[in-house]
Amino acid sequence: MRAGRRLLSSLPALFGVLVFTFLLMRVLPGDPAVFFASGPNAGKEEIEQIRKQMGLDKSVPEQLVFYLSDIGRGNLGRSMMTGQPVLKDLRERLPASLELTFTALLIALIAAVPLGVMAALRPGSVVDHGVRLFCALGVCVPTFVSGLLLIYVFYYLLGLAPDPTGRIDVFTSLPPQRTGFLSIDFLLAGDVDGWWAACKQLILPAVSMALFVIAPLARITRASMLVSLGSDFVRTARSVGLSWRKVVVTYALRNAILPVITIAGIVFSTMLGANVLVEKVFSWPGVASYALDALLSSDYAPVQGFVLLMASLFVLVNLVVDICYGIADPRVSIG
Amino acid sequence: MTSATLRHSVWILRGNPLTAVAAAGVALFVLIAIFGPWIVPYDPVVSNVSEALLPPSAAHLAGTDQLGRDVFSRLIIAARLDLAIAVSAVGISFVIGAVVGAFCGYAGGKLDRGVGRFVDVMMAFPLFVLAMAMVAALGNRIENIVIATAIINLPFYIRFARAEVNVRRNVGWVEAARACGESHFSVVLRFLLPNILPAMAVQISLNLGWAILNAAGLSFIGLGVKPPTPEWGIMVAEGARFISTGRWWLVAFPGLALMMAVLCFNLLGDGMRDILDPRMRT
Repeated sequence: MRAGRRLLSSLPALFGVLVFTFLLMRVLPGDPAVFFASGPNAGKEEIEQIRKQMGLDKSVPEQLVFYLSDIGRGNLGRSMMTGQPVLKDLRERLPASLELTFTALLIALIAAVPLGVMAALRPGSVVDHGVRLFCALGVCVPTFVSGLLLIYVFYYLLGLAPDPTGRIDVFTSLPPQRTGFLSIDFLLAGDVDGWWAACKQLILPAVSMALFVIAPLARITRASMLVSLGSDFVRTARSVGLSWRKVVVTYALRNAILPVITIAGIVFSTMLGANVLVEKVFSWPGVASYALDALLSSDYAPVQGFVLLMASLFVLVNLVVDICYGIADPRVSIG
Repeated sequence: MTSATLRHSVWILRGNPLTAVAAAGVALFVLIAIFGPWIVPYDPVVSNVSEALLPPSAAHLAGTDQLGRDVFSRLIIAARLDLAIAVSAVGISFVIGAVVGAFCGYAGGKLDRGVGRFVDVMMAFPLFVLAMAMVAALGNRIENIVIATAIINLPFYIRFARAEVNVRRNVGWVEAARACGESHFSVVLRFLLPNILPAMAVQISLNLGWAILNAAGLSFIGLGVKPPTPEWGIMVAEGARFISTGRWWLVAFPGLALMMAVLCFNLLGDGMRDILDPRMRT
């Protein structure tokens, strides 16, 4: 029920985003028709033809109606840059972005939750201050700087990481596509060398993205663990002589995890935005770098498609967060 | 500031010297931004190809870039632009956000719900993507970086001011002001807004760091500031081409400048929050 209502209530927001980006893109300076004509001395006729092809000769409200009905039919327009339908481009590139973002979120959670728990177990200790310092520094380093410095250390100095361009080097043959996540596809194909190569490409961008979001996750874990550790049920659990591990992990952490899930949802959205920077640094062939290239060459359709995709991902992420809530806390019904 | 608050502040600062250091750091950045052009050892835009890509040395504290320009001088000059973008963006969104948020929180009702919904939608969106699209749409200029950064900061201020005013709208002194015949307009502007100002100051300090990162991010991807203008984000972008051949100083020093600026503003914000409300300490 709750999940369904949530989905319904986010539809107007999705629509708002759509209209907003449409208007935003239509006030762009410069005439894209001229841009995509054969050259600076393209004839007036040619420009008119491109303009017609792009639907630019109609009034703005008309263009909006056409645009919306197109989207209803799953047609996001055609990219002038690649010459392909935007939907196809996005579908090809989305797995790369998602693989990167999910890996980064996973790394961040694996690092942040134990850090937060350790800090909460001994508030005021060296560990607590260390975690706090790490968090304070983590949010201050822009992802593009940490990414470049990681390249310097692990590629140039240590030679451990491969050339930081793209998802896989040109000599490795791609596995048959199943999930689109290269690391998983290689495993499914039983190609361990390929899997390792893909992981090596993935790890640096994922870590530089994760570094930026460990702080909020660790902070909320600590704060929420402090509350949970100070509660009556933890005192009771300890007083009946349950093992320390059971008290901390099963009782305290389970109850402290709800706010962490909420923040993880927000962090995921931040990361989708930060993708632009990381994908540029590592020449990652994802949707964000695609949208950026389109943006810099005034190609409307891919940018709108990208923004719409981001908005839809959001609705989806919120839904998943709701469902996770239900799993973590059975009192929250998702029916 | 009353003497009790002052004493409390001094007491907090003594227990938390980090805040004092952060305040000094912010002051240093401001001084650099103001007096930068007079203290730089080299001209930040004149190239000297015979000295290109030199590592840091006594003559060039932070090395030189691909055109032989002194990185240290460029960092100093860039402070003014980076701070100016962040401060003006946060200033704009603070003024608009505080007023809109305060009136919404005071009025309540349909308008409040509508604005609240709009703000929620906006905050739910990857704001960096939004800023990127806005700069591209409005034109690739510095003013538009400021506007885009201001707009993506706006929801935070609206929401914050709204919440702060909402809890105060029916307290004694607001009732008293209304009973004395103050108009609603004046109650909000002369009574409620000044009252929430200290809490907003914390938000401003925390947001400044974020605004600096956003603006630098935008210029890193090629929006806004154009070369050869010295700006931290674009310096990192220019240095990125040389990182895989080991010229670390082109990225590390502008990165360090960004990091220090953001760190100082964040620590100052955290410290101010402790002074205002010791309970919120985390």
